[in-house]
Amino acid sequence: MNKLKQVKNIIITKPQKLDCGKEISNFPISYETYGTLNEKKDNAILVFHALTGDQFASGKNPITNKDGWWSYALGSGKAIDTEKFFVICANVIGGCMGSYGPSTIDEETGKPIGTNFPVITINDMVNAQYNLLEHFKIDKLFAVIGGSMGGMQVLQFVSNFPDKAHIAIPIACTSSHSAQNIAFNELGRQAILADTNWKNGLYEQNKTSPDKGLAVARMAAHITYLSKKGLQEKFGRKLQERDDLKFSFDADFQIESYLRYQGSVFVDRFDANSYLYITRAMDYFDLSKQFNGNLSAAFSNTTSKFFVISFTSDWLYPTAENREIVIALNAIGADVGFVEIESDKGHDSFLLDVPDFLDTLGNYLKTNYKTVNEKRI
Amino acid sequence: MKKEFKVISELISQNSKVLDVGCGDGELMKFLKDNKTSKIRGLEISKNRVQNCLSKGLTVIEGNAENDLQQFPNNSFDFVILSQTLQAFLDPEKVIAELLRVGKKAIVTIPNFGYWKVRINLLIKGTMPVTENLPNEWYNTPNLHMCTLRDFFNFCSKREIKIFKSLALKNNKTLNLSAKNLAWRNLESQLGIFLIEK
Repeated sequence: MNKLKQVKNIIITKPQKLDCGKEISNFPISYETYGTLNEKKDNAILVFHALTGDQFASGKNPITNKDGWWSYALGSGKAIDTEKFFVICANVIGGCMGSYGPSTIDEETGKPIGTNFPVITINDMVNAQYNLLEHFKIDKLFAVIGGSMGGMQVLQFVSNFPDKAHIAIPIACTSSHSAQNIAFNELGRQAILADTNWKNGLYEQNKTSPDKGLAVARMAAHITYLSKKGLQEKFGRKLQERDDLKFSFDADFQIESYLRYQGSVFVDRFDANSYLYITRAMDYFDLSKQFNGNLSAAFSNTTSKFFVISFTSDWLYPTAENREIVIALNAIGADVGFVEIESDKGHDSFLLDVPDFLDTLGNYLKTNYKTVNEKRI
Repeated sequence: MKKEFKVISELISQNSKVLDVGCGDGELMKFLKDNKTSKIRGLEISKNRVQNCLSKGLTVIEGNAENDLQQFPNNSFDFVILSQTLQAFLDPEKVIAELLRVGKKAIVTIPNFGYWKVRINLLIKGTMPVTENLPNEWYNTPNLHMCTLRDFFNFCSKREIKIFKSLALKNNKTLNLSAKNLAWRNLESQLGIFLIEK
């Protein structure tokens, strides 16, 4: 994890009160930027990452040497065009890519904080990232954009800071984690907790690593990111490098081998405790509950223009849940556009090459950037 | 731009809040945005058209007038526009009621089934009418509830809907339309444009 010393970060000195009641201060937020902030500082976009994402949204991730998680959408000439926009993406608190999280080393003990890390919420993540605006001296962002848990952060951000973004684009998300969402997250957490190498979260001290539990968590979650049709078309019942069934518990089927691979590469880049904390934050997310059951009230002071996007085959955060956000916004006369994009790539559609999605997002940003600027002149 | 859209635009006051139901590719919305008001929203059922509208920077939500108008509070718009789609709904009566609930006023345009060419089609040829405005055959038409200008007048009076202003389009010429000249207009015009209020 020495490479992590090279990632950019800021230290937040002023205390932040967390939803759990604890107060934190002098903690790091690691981030990456893409493109150039113009003189007027009106071209900044804050991108929020999803559960297993990080600040390396585009280009090569220097830690994993893989492409950034949003390389299809973000970069030069792409939908979120870094020739035009200055994009900031931060690792959420609770994460494991340099921001304050369970793998942060406790200076007193010299060991990772582990499960002594406080339980955090989406609200806490957003409040921590808000410091980046002050760091870059940006008065108002052009846009806040994010998919999945990133979308939840978009909603929380505009609710907390109603006049800090011209455009808000929550993608494939929900305003309130459903029982099904919580169930899948619990499955992942239990897989980690059941791994004897987890050692009550003190695995690094014990020189072990709950790789098997974390891999199973990833495998289960990965299924929820895809659609049945997508899986059937890609894998069907195809066998993995063999002509016939082996009558064993080997990975006979390609889908089994694929999931095992997804699990194994995930443990190399992600921390098991972070997985516990971040899934918990997602489960606790219920924006309407923060406003006594009235989701519209979450946005009552907003000046942002919204664009909600969902995908036909996303059954994890289905269109109906995205539409609830649209309905809540329309109820208060907010400026909200909405489209459900046709795709059989499931919840992962927002991360993949889905031209209808990328074109619409790109054009929307381009035309609105023009309008926002014209208004100012 | 379509003559119909120009006529609609003239009925809309400056800076009013407008909802275009079935906004298509956003041609009318764009025109209104450039000339009348920035407070304009659209509702459209086709994904591709919604994407086109959003790409142009227009605020449009994907949805169906029969189910998705209910999310808007009472009187949340000054004008709600429904251009040539009333006949395609399963329940036009409910849609009109929703338009008048959501909007203080509604502008409804209707392809006139009483137009003489339509009548001749049925009378002489004995087949369901196929015209420029109604190009589909009976078996593939999206139009479930065709009506004439007279039908719409009658409907409004039965339902106690006030007709603020009514106009007819004949070969792209705007004509005044009233109960007095209804018999003749109902024969000669292809389209009726109604500004209504509950």
